[in-house]
Amino acid sequence: MPVVKSIEELKRLREEALTKRQLQATGGRAQITVYMGTCGIAAGARDTMKAILDTIEAENVRDVIVKQTGCIGLCEQEPLVEVQLADTPPVRYGHVSAERAARIVKEHVIGGKIVDELVVPE
Amino acid sequence: MKEIALHILDLAENSIAAGARTVEITVEEDTAQDRLIVCVRDDGKGMDQRKLERLSDPFVTSRTTRVAGLGIPLFKDAAEACNGCLRVTSEPGKGTCVEAEFQHSHIDRMPLGDLAGTVLTLVVGYPEVHWVFHYQVDGRSFTFDDEPLKQALNGLPLTEPEVLRFVREMLEEGVNSVRACYFAQEEMGHAGS
Repeated sequence: MPVVKSIEELKRLREEALTKRQLQATGGRAQITVYMGTCGIAAGARDTMKAILDTIEAENVRDVIVKQTGCIGLCEQEPLVEVQLADTPPVRYGHVSAERAARIVKEHVIGGKIVDELVVPE
Repeated sequence: MKEIALHILDLAENSIAAGARTVEITVEEDTAQDRLIVCVRDDGKGMDQRKLERLSDPFVTSRTTRVAGLGIPLFKDAAEACNGCLRVTSEPGKGTCVEAEFQHSHIDRMPLGDLAGTVLTLVVGYPEVHWVFHYQVDGRSFTFDDEPLKQALNGLPLTEPEVLRFVREMLEEGVNSVRACYFAQEEMGHAGS
């Protein structure tokens, strides 16, 4: 198999990303958590996470951490996604399909506006 | 679950829950022997004999949020329905290895699905874990090890858009290069018959 991706290329991309991060340092940090228990996976959580990553790529979103975690006992609401912007309380979204995930990234993570109708009631 | 790749994700989540630092995922397709083997090996806390014996019981789980563990029984049923089996070996303190075997051509065998997507979400979602992914089809293989990538990134998160694209393409190209060979052989087989 030809090695298309070289470590050198990745190092160059790293420098590029670091420069751009410094330019956009005012954006603040966001953390997105996808719940990936058996219940979440069966409900489509992998494709939800994939949609989040694809949106980050397509929209060039910087300074965001995307994590996975296990089941929290809200299986009927899966796929579940939690978004926390810097200095704000976390917001938990339920039944997050791939389409909804892209929307949450665009409106909440980029736009800073909570997508009210998708929030799981406390 | 409709993809083997989703079961792999589920098994890897078990490894994480067991505190694994390194998780090795192996998928091997052997069309000559008509076998498909999936293996997830970790260095997590492992299980004792008693727990191992009760593993295929869906009402056993170490989780505290719910009382049923369905992941392993589901995968075991899927393998057995395809003239295959599921084996779990484990040693407390050493780790666990789950290996499932399917008849490759079995009509009920679910597709492998999005292997690259499964590995990508794991690598990004658990950056503190060392991930190794090995995919082999009839002697052609692709190995992905995230350690050299993380060293090159030197602390930069995998979620930066350029990095994400790099890792995604690396996985997709790797999986496709191994698979392309398999499809080419399939076509040759059809042309000859």
